[in-house]
Amino acid sequence: MAADLWTALFIALLAVFVGYEVISRVPTLLHTPLMSGSNFIHGIVLVGGIVALGLATNLPEQVIGLVATVMGAMNVTGGYVVTERILSMFGRAKAKGGAP
Amino acid sequence: MTNWISIAIDAVYVVAVLIFILGLKALSGPETARKGIVYAGIAMLVAVAVTFLGFVDTSFALTIPVANLGLIFLGVAVGGFGGYYWARVVKMTEMPQMVAMFNGMGGGAAAAIAAVELLSTLSDHVTSGLSVAGAIIGSISIAGSMIAFLKLQGWMPSKAIVLPARQFVNTGVLIVGVACGVLTLWTSSLFWLAPFFILLLLYGILLTLPIGGADMPVVISLFNALTGIAVALDGFALVNGPLGDAGYAMVIAGTLVGASGSLLTLLMAKAMNRSVGNVFFSAFGATEETGVTMKGSLKPIEASDVAVMMEYANQVIIAPGYGMAVAQAQGKVKELADLLEAKGVPVKFAIHPVAGRMPGHMNVLLAEAGISYDKLFDRDEINAEFPNTDVVLVIGANDVVNPAAHRQGSPLQGMPILDVEQAKNVIVNKRGQGKGFAGIENDLFYRDNCHMLYGDAQTAMGKLVNALKK
Repeated sequence: MAADLWTALFIALLAVFVGYEVISRVPTLLHTPLMSGSNFIHGIVLVGGIVALGLATNLPEQVIGLVATVMGAMNVTGGYVVTERILSMFGRAKAKGGAP
Repeated sequence: MTNWISIAIDAVYVVAVLIFILGLKALSGPETARKGIVYAGIAMLVAVAVTFLGFVDTSFALTIPVANLGLIFLGVAVGGFGGYYWARVVKMTEMPQMVAMFNGMGGGAAAAIAAVELLSTLSDHVTSGLSVAGAIIGSISIAGSMIAFLKLQGWMPSKAIVLPARQFVNTGVLIVGVACGVLTLWTSSLFWLAPFFILLLLYGILLTLPIGGADMPVVISLFNALTGIAVALDGFALVNGPLGDAGYAMVIAGTLVGASGSLLTLLMAKAMNRSVGNVFFSAFGATEETGVTMKGSLKPIEASDVAVMMEYANQVIIAPGYGMAVAQAQGKVKELADLLEAKGVPVKFAIHPVAGRMPGHMNVLLAEAGISYDKLFDRDEINAEFPNTDVVLVIGANDVVNPAAHRQGSPLQGMPILDVEQAKNVIVNKRGQGKGFAGIENDLFYRDNCHMLYGDAQTAMGKLVNALKK
C-alpha cells in the first residue's frame, strides 16, 4: 500500500522537472495564455471528483462529492473556453497578415 | 484488481498524461500555442471518459450505486455547461477574472475531494494527512481566487484593503486552522473538520484582501500553482484507495501545473521588479506617500490640437493600458495608427509587461484589432527611443508610466516603467483625474511636456480619428 505512495512521489518529482523545463523559455506575450492553459490542465481534478462521488457511501459524501464534481467540471470547460478565446485572437491577427 | 479494465484505464491515463505534457509544451511557443490547448483538451476528454470504466466489472455490471452515477452525470452536466456558457458570454476584457474564477473552482473541487476523503478514510493517517494538506491549499486557493475575481470584476473595491494588526491576525487564523486539521487527524473525529475549513477559507480571504488590483496577475498565477499542488496532494491521497489509477493522473497533471505555475509566478513578479513575498505581504498601494506635493498643474488639451501635433511628429509612440481595454478602444487605436501611417508618420506601440490586468493583455487586444506584431515593442526595446520621439500617446495607462518609480521613497520605487516623460510631448488620455490602480499620484501628469486628453478612450480616439481625417 505504501508502495503506491512512493511510486507517486517518484512520478511527482519527475513531473516537477518536466513542468519547470517545459515553460522556462516562454515569452511574456504567452504568459496569460499559458496561465490560462495550465488552469485548464488542473481541471483533471474532475477525475478525482468523479471517483470520490462514485465511491460515496452516505449522504454527506454524496453532497460534497457532487460539489466537487460540479466545480471540477466548471474548471474544465471554463478553463478550456477562456484559453481558446485568448489564443484565437493571436490566430486572427496572424491570418490578417501580421508579422510573426 | 488486475483485470483488463484496470490495464485499459492505466494505459489511457499514460497516453493522456503524455498528451498533457505535449500540450503544455506547445502552449509555451507562439506558433504552436493554439495546438497546445487542443492537445490538452483531447487528453482531458479521454482521461475523464476512461474514469467511468472504473465503475464497472469485467462483465460491465455496475459496481457503484446507480444513484451515484446519476449524480456524477448531473454534476458534470451542470458544471460543464455552466462553465462553458459563462466563459463564452463574458467580454474579452473580463478574461483575467474568469481565469481567477475557474481557478477557484479547481481549488474548491480539490478541497471538496479532500473533505470526502477525510469523511471516508479518517482511520488511515497517511491518506488523511495528505487530504488535510490538499484541503488547506485548495481552500486558500478558492477563497483567494474568489476575492481576486470580485476585485477585478469591480464587485468590491480593487484597492488594497488593510485591516488592523493584519499580519498577526492572518498568521493566527492560519495556525489555528491548521491546528484544527491536525486535531482532526489526532482525534480521528469529524468535530474539528468544520472549523478547519472555515478558518482556511477565511485565511484565503484575509491573505488576498490587502493586495491591490495592480498585483492581481501575480496573485492569480500563484493561486493557479497552488490549485495544481492541491490537486496533486488529492491525487496522493487517492492512489491508496480503490480506483487509485485516477490518483496518478492527478499527481502528474497537478504537479506539472504546480511546478510550471510557480515558475510563471516568479517570472511575472520579476517583470514588475517585485518579489512574490513583497506582493503578498507589503499591502502595496495601501500606503500613501506623504510629504510630496505636486508641482505644476494638469493641462487639458483638445483632440484637434493633439491631431495637429501628431501629424507633424517625426514619430508617434502609443502606450496603451487598462483604460484602452475597458473602453474597447483597440479598434479606434488601429484606425488612428493607420491614418497616421498613411500621412507618413511612423507609429510604434510601447507595451509594458504588466500593462492591463494580465501579462500580455495589451498584446492580445492589439492583436485582436489587427495591429501587427512588428509594431509592438517591449519596455526594454522602446525605452531608448522616447527622447527622440515628438509625441507619445498614453491611453488609459497610469502606474506603468509613473516616473515616481525613479524617486526614493515612492511606493512604486524600483518598478520598471516606460520612460514616456522623456519624449518631447506626452499626451495622456484618461477618463478623469483619478489615480491609477495602485492609488498613487502620477508625477507625469504635472510635467511641463504633458497634456491631458480627458474622456473615455473610445470617444477620445474617435475624436482624434475625425480630427485627422479633416
